[in-house]
Amino acid sequence: MKIGIPKEIHEGEKRVATTPEAAEKIIKLGFSVAIESGAGLSADIPDQAYQAVGVEIIKTPKALWKQSDIIIKVRAPELEEVDLMSKGGHLISFIWPAQNDALMQKLTTKNATVLAMDSVPRMSRAQKMDALSSMANIAGYRAIVEAAQHFGRFFTGQITAAGKIPPAKVLVIGAGVAGLAAIGTAKGMGAIVRAFDTRPEVKEQIESMDAEFLMLDFKEEGSGTGGYAKTMSPEFIAAEMDLFAKQAKEVDIIVTTALIPGKPAPELITAEMVASMRAGSIIVDLAAEQGGNCALTEKNQVVVKNGVTIIGYTNLPSRLANQSSQLYATNIRHLLTDLCPTKDGVLNVNMQDEVIRGATVINAGKITWPPPPPTLSSAPAAAKAAAPKPTEAHKKTTESSPLKQLLPIILGGIALFSIGSVAPASFMSHFTVFVLACFVGYQVIWNVSASLHTPLMSVTNAISGIIVIGALVQISSPGTTISLLAGLAILIASINIAGGFLVTRRMLEMFRK
Amino acid sequence: MSPGLVTMSYIAATILFILSLGGLSNQETARRGNYFGMAGMAIAIIATVFSGAVSSYVILIIALSVGGLIGTKAALKVEMTQMPELVAIMHSLVGMAAVLVGYANFMDASLSLSGVEKTIHEVEIYIGILIGAVTFSGSVIAFGKLSGRINGKPLTLPGRHLFNLGLLVLAFWLGHLFLQQAETGGGTFPLLIMTLIALVFGVHMVMAIGGADMPVVVSMLNSYSGWAAAATGFMLSNDLLIVTGALVGSSGAILSYIMCRAMNRHFLSVIAGGFGTGASGPAAEVTGDVIAISADETAKLLHESKNIMIIPGYGMAVAQAQHTVNEITKLLRSQGKTVRFGIHPVAGRMPGHMNVLLAEAKVPYDIVFEMDEVNEDFPKVDVSIVIGANDIVNPSALDDPNSPIAGMPVLECWKGETTIVLKRSMASGYAGVGNPLFVLENTRMLFGDADKTLQEVLKALKD
Repeated sequence: MKIGIPKEIHEGEKRVATTPEAAEKIIKLGFSVAIESGAGLSADIPDQAYQAVGVEIIKTPKALWKQSDIIIKVRAPELEEVDLMSKGGHLISFIWPAQNDALMQKLTTKNATVLAMDSVPRMSRAQKMDALSSMANIAGYRAIVEAAQHFGRFFTGQITAAGKIPPAKVLVIGAGVAGLAAIGTAKGMGAIVRAFDTRPEVKEQIESMDAEFLMLDFKEEGSGTGGYAKTMSPEFIAAEMDLFAKQAKEVDIIVTTALIPGKPAPELITAEMVASMRAGSIIVDLAAEQGGNCALTEKNQVVVKNGVTIIGYTNLPSRLANQSSQLYATNIRHLLTDLCPTKDGVLNVNMQDEVIRGATVINAGKITWPPPPPTLSSAPAAAKAAAPKPTEAHKKTTESSPLKQLLPIILGGIALFSIGSVAPASFMSHFTVFVLACFVGYQVIWNVSASLHTPLMSVTNAISGIIVIGALVQISSPGTTISLLAGLAILIASINIAGGFLVTRRMLEMFRK
Repeated sequence: MSPGLVTMSYIAATILFILSLGGLSNQETARRGNYFGMAGMAIAIIATVFSGAVSSYVILIIALSVGGLIGTKAALKVEMTQMPELVAIMHSLVGMAAVLVGYANFMDASLSLSGVEKTIHEVEIYIGILIGAVTFSGSVIAFGKLSGRINGKPLTLPGRHLFNLGLLVLAFWLGHLFLQQAETGGGTFPLLIMTLIALVFGVHMVMAIGGADMPVVVSMLNSYSGWAAAATGFMLSNDLLIVTGALVGSSGAILSYIMCRAMNRHFLSVIAGGFGTGASGPAAEVTGDVIAISADETAKLLHESKNIMIIPGYGMAVAQAQHTVNEITKLLRSQGKTVRFGIHPVAGRMPGHMNVLLAEAKVPYDIVFEMDEVNEDFPKVDVSIVIGANDIVNPSALDDPNSPIAGMPVLECWKGETTIVLKRSMASGYAGVGNPLFVLENTRMLFGDADKTLQEVLKALKD
């Protein structure tokens, strides 16, 4: 099937849905890939780079949309773009079906099959195609970079000849992917980072990044389904706002990332809090798209209120276009790999597959959104729990009871005791040597590298030729038979000694880097 | 030389032997370790020869030089694929020497012991000869099996466990008889009969074990040869022999343990012989079609991949394909691809067999890895090439509890992108278990003699 990648026409959108690296692998899946001329330019990828891996360059968007069976985009298509789409085609991009009803309706009239990258379920198997996470990661990083640009001081503390510089204090609200990325970036620049989240289980993640988790002395679980937060009770929110009000007076930079799926972003930073902040402070509102966490945020604008800069960009990933395109293209490639298990270049929208089912918002003209709630992979776990049972039973039969394990020790003890009670001193001294030597051998041999086990065997072969000593001390005993036997033993043992050492040497010479 | 000096030399030799084994912990120190071993042996022999207990220098020199010559010749001539045979036959020599020394000591009337000491000495002689004889005959049979002179299939006589038990009881009874008769200076007859029984026991024990269990047998016999030397040391009250024997004995025992663990089998069940005794139900049948691939296609596939894993098995040794494998490895590495070798502990017929073969072909040892080091990396591997291995890459060991090899750790090559299996035909492995790997969707079968097909792959790669 033919895949087409149009240039993004949304204002300020610099990303592109595939990179040459990803395209090369998609072609290996059996698809043919075409791209609109100049689609990658804003992300610093020239047409030639695509051409080099076998991607066709199409001059006009019209021709591209027309000839493609599958359109892959970053942003949801504009309504006029949908007009270009051929009937019964496929579309993979961000869609935001909850917010874009008109678009959804229009796509159904085209009989299209639409997979929304924003609807890929959040489960471990689907992580590799989770574009929301990869974009959020970039947004979190970029949020700190934007803050640093508008912030009039260092992030890191320094003591210089010209005086002491205190480190910047950063508060991150909402420790999802974006929040954690922001924590990591701010931490890397040397700031003191605090973070808050309603979900107590992220405390560890925050602390693992060396940031301080702000505890709220209040018992309420904030975890909703699918790893997102839910709306909290009024009491909780009051306590939370109290905390933010206190923090606002202390910190220099606030990054807010609090989103609740399908609802406008909660207002966490009120106008009074902004007013209480020091002049020169920064607020980066990553929730600006959904109305903002700060009361004074203006979408897509940088505004200064009471000396506090409030950044409301909604296109942060696009401001790191090359990086975002790379990650997005990889997410897309993984989704395509799952959609085309036979590698024959034909899409197979398998509605039995939980991931594909979740991502598919329109299937051949029928709206299939919202999907049934994610099962949080509890079903596979149950299946798994059933499977290992026979193995356990099997193990039990082979495992011995404690009595069985103790038996050799008891028997050994009895044997040692009975020997010890009758044996003369001379034997005991030899026995001591023997037991100690066994333990030395045990310690030494465990260190031998597995690749040298054959040389180990041949060298022990040579060393066990030491039995020649036994023959040597007997060869001069009276009696020809004894001499003969001893002589023969010497001959045999010396074969071992010479052969063993030499063949070991030969082998060891061969081992080389 | 004074007795004090002799003892000193023995201590020096002991330390050198320990250093020699310790040196084998890595490739860099291994060579030095081997020289330590040689030095220790030289010191021990020289000290003994000049200790005053020795006067018949003529026989001594003749025996030493003839034996040394034979050993040297064998060491220089042996092919690396024949290492297991050489090791086995050398075990038998130690066993034989222990028997001879035991008899010589028994006939030596110059010792004057009495009471418990005498009894203990006689028990030592008896045990020394017993272990020596079992080692000798067992190793001879192992040699025969490894060199193909005897059929490698396990010989399972009906009631073989009872038979073994009978032999053991007989050996005990004869020991009792021997002690009684030795009181009055006799005892030769029970000793001879016991030797015969021990020989039969050794033969029967190894005959019942075969094929892929051979690594355990070889290392077990290695252990026995050590215990034989240690028993001789007790007999002669010689600490050097005791220490050395104990070192070798525990070395062999540990190797046997490692091998058994690598097959997830109990040591006793390996020794008892046969296979499949642990399975609790019928193993799943393997059904499906295999997808064949040609040498040209293999070369193309290799050309397109970046991360390649080679898994050699006994088949590579049989086909003597290691040199061709090295050529391919060199070529692929020169093209900037990552080529690694994954070695299963029981690949081949003796511990470390594959490593020696690859070393012989000059494959650098830093790209040769143990199973545990690479098993997690398979999802990142583009192509795995399995050369003449079967059971060690069998997925049913992990997912089919009824499989006879259930629980055995295996190289999980099927988790990679593609697996190419080189095989002569569709016969099952030693364990007689079907291998679901062959019918997996991402497995391709390359049929034919490993060396010949790899030559073709090499040629195609060069074009």
